Amino acid sequence: MDMALGDHEQTSNAANADTRPLAIEARGLVKRFDDFLAVDGVDISVPEGAIYGVLGPNGAGKTTTLRMLLGIIDPDEGVRRVFGHDRPHDIARLIGYLPEERGLYPAMKAIEAIAFMGALRGLPLDEGRKRGLELLEAHNMAGAAERQIRHLSKGMAQTVQLLGTLVHRPRLVVLDEPFSGLDAINQGKLERLIRKLADEGTTVIFSTHVIHHAERLCERVAIIAGGKVPYAGSVEAARDRIPAQVRLETRAREGAWMEALPADARREGDFFMFSLPDGGVEPLLRRLIEGEAGILSLSIERAGLHDAFVHIAGEAAAAELGNGAGQELD
Amino acid sequence: MANTPTARLSILRAAFVIARRDFLAILFSRSFLFFLLGPVFPAVVFAMSGGLGAAKNDRTQEPRIAIQMPSEDIERLLAAHYKLQDELGRERIPHFIILDRSKGHAELDVDRALADRNGRIGATLTGTLENPVLTGTEQRLNAWRGYVAMQLAVARDNSNLAYPALRTETIATSGVETKSRRQDTAQISMTLLFLLMMLLAGMVLSNLVEEKANKIIEILAAALPMDAVFLGKLFAMLAVSLVGIAVWFAGIGIFIGLAGDFGGVKLVLIGMPTPGVGWPLFCLLFVLNFSMGYLLIGSIFLAIGALASTVREVQTLSMPVTMLQLFIFFFASFVLVDGALLLELIAILFPLSSPFAMTARAAQHEAIWPHLLTLAYQIAWVILFIRWGSRLFRKRVLKSGGAAPRRPLRERLLARFKNRPA
Repeated sequence: MDMALGDHEQTSNAANADTRPLAIEARGLVKRFDDFLAVDGVDISVPEGAIYGVLGPNGAGKTTTLRMLLGIIDPDEGVRRVFGHDRPHDIARLIGYLPEERGLYPAMKAIEAIAFMGALRGLPLDEGRKRGLELLEAHNMAGAAERQIRHLSKGMAQTVQLLGTLVHRPRLVVLDEPFSGLDAINQGKLERLIRKLADEGTTVIFSTHVIHHAERLCERVAIIAGGKVPYAGSVEAARDRIPAQVRLETRAREGAWMEALPADARREGDFFMFSLPDGGVEPLLRRLIEGEAGILSLSIERAGLHDAFVHIAGEAAAAELGNGAGQELD
Repeated sequence: MANTPTARLSILRAAFVIARRDFLAILFSRSFLFFLLGPVFPAVVFAMSGGLGAAKNDRTQEPRIAIQMPSEDIERLLAAHYKLQDELGRERIPHFIILDRSKGHAELDVDRALADRNGRIGATLTGTLENPVLTGTEQRLNAWRGYVAMQLAVARDNSNLAYPALRTETIATSGVETKSRRQDTAQISMTLLFLLMMLLAGMVLSNLVEEKANKIIEILAAALPMDAVFLGKLFAMLAVSLVGIAVWFAGIGIFIGLAGDFGGVKLVLIGMPTPGVGWPLFCLLFVLNFSMGYLLIGSIFLAIGALASTVREVQTLSMPVTMLQLFIFFFASFVLVDGALLLELIAILFPLSSPFAMTARAAQHEAIWPHLLTLAYQIAWVILFIRWGSRLFRKRVLKSGGAAPRRPLRERLLARFKNRPA
């Protein structure tokens, strides 16, 4: 399928428009495995320097999408470009990739593993060892440099692999479920590292099925469910798809003032919950005061990314996401 | 940015990165030690079987003819025996057990003597010189009838038969002898080639399966073109095998130089006749044919590694290929013995049997140009096989994502077959 690239993220609204050049641009990616449609027309645009999240439940097509973006597998249909190149292998030196299934040679020393991963991306071995040692020192793991991978803890081995992903100083870092298997402390460290990379101008794209990582880190996300991307754009725009919720607490339980509440108002315990009216809360406040409702508290709550996910991808996908998230140690 | 000149490793450099890692990792691993020891086991078996054969050939254990006749007849038979022994050679005539009644030996019970499993009597010669009876199985009678008849004739005549003087002239070799001995060289070389290739193809397969198990393959696939990964892996194993061959040949050289013969091994090695193209070129062609054959079968095994997701699947899939390889080896051996031109041509043109056929040819014929042609032909096939294998690998091996349950191998293969366009 011949497709033109250029229009950013048709699925998002105009407010998502971004003038930065694109690190990754994909249109209509389709991938089938035998009779199973793994990815069905995915569009993704990742601006340079952004932290971009690919959010979806297990089996939604995240890994297959990332593999297509990296050129590990070719799409059956659609086009992809990384830094303007149709063939990502042509710019392999600019990319760092941490796959979901972590793997290192067990007999290799940590420093050699990092240098080897750099060598795969064109970094000379000596330079890789030098930079690897610096990275290990920066992560308080200098003592592990000469130890074989098989003798490292799982967390340390994962860190070694992550450092191997970064040793050649890539401009684009792709992380597939990077938080998976990490404890809370290491998850925090990884979040800080991702922010630092972005601050230095590196584009970071990561997949996750844990919403709060995406919510905390990403400025843009693609939501994947059932191989499709129903939404791709900024996190803010995703949240704006659901009207803000008003939470109201009154002293009076009933009264004529209740007629002023919007039609979707519902009682949840001591509170009334309803969508923020188009005209704002001021007219409503006036009528509540006039009706002597006795306002105890009133707050306006913006929808979270989870709510947006449910709204966009549906309850079923959210339930799967929830199941996945429940397995995380956070 | 779009045209960053140094943004990509060339295929050869990428392959070198993989090959260097694999080569060093394997060279300093325990599996390389086992690899080096691999040929020792067949050699030990060969030597032991040689030793057993030698034991079996011990003439003191051979069946004999028990003779019971009148004493006078026995004396004349023995005189004839010694006379014939001088003419025919000791190795070519049967041994006897003399049962002379005049010397107190018991009466021979023919049936019982021949039925005794612990005895050494294969036949009996009874009666008299004028009326002799040779009793034994058909096989024994066929073997001994002629000699016994000759012996009886000499014994009866009791005269000094004069054998004519025969002058002999020895030449180094003959056309028939050269052909026959070069066939031996060809057969030994092909067998060695076959054993080496099977050993190494198995190793390259284990190496790939190990990497799949270690989840490293995706990192390699993301960084480098799969062609380069395949090329690197194949050449690493080839380099390992060449180191192994160098070690083995050095070991054989030391063995020939220093060690005594062990079950005839040394004798076989020294006694191998000079191949058609001469030893130096034959060794070079052997290494080149081995390299091509290994790269061809290795790329098939790598593709199998790509198709299979478990060790069990690897075993299931590699078995037919191993059987095919065995068949090809037997086919090449048959062609060597049969010598038909058309069959030889088929063996040379079929890529998997080509290295065997050309090794056999190098042992038998002097011409060099066919080797240059077939090497170019084999290189073309190697490139095709590697590309096919790497394409299959990319297509089949990294399809995760997780949602689709993986169907059994048989179903997947059937589905591929059914979906093939007419």
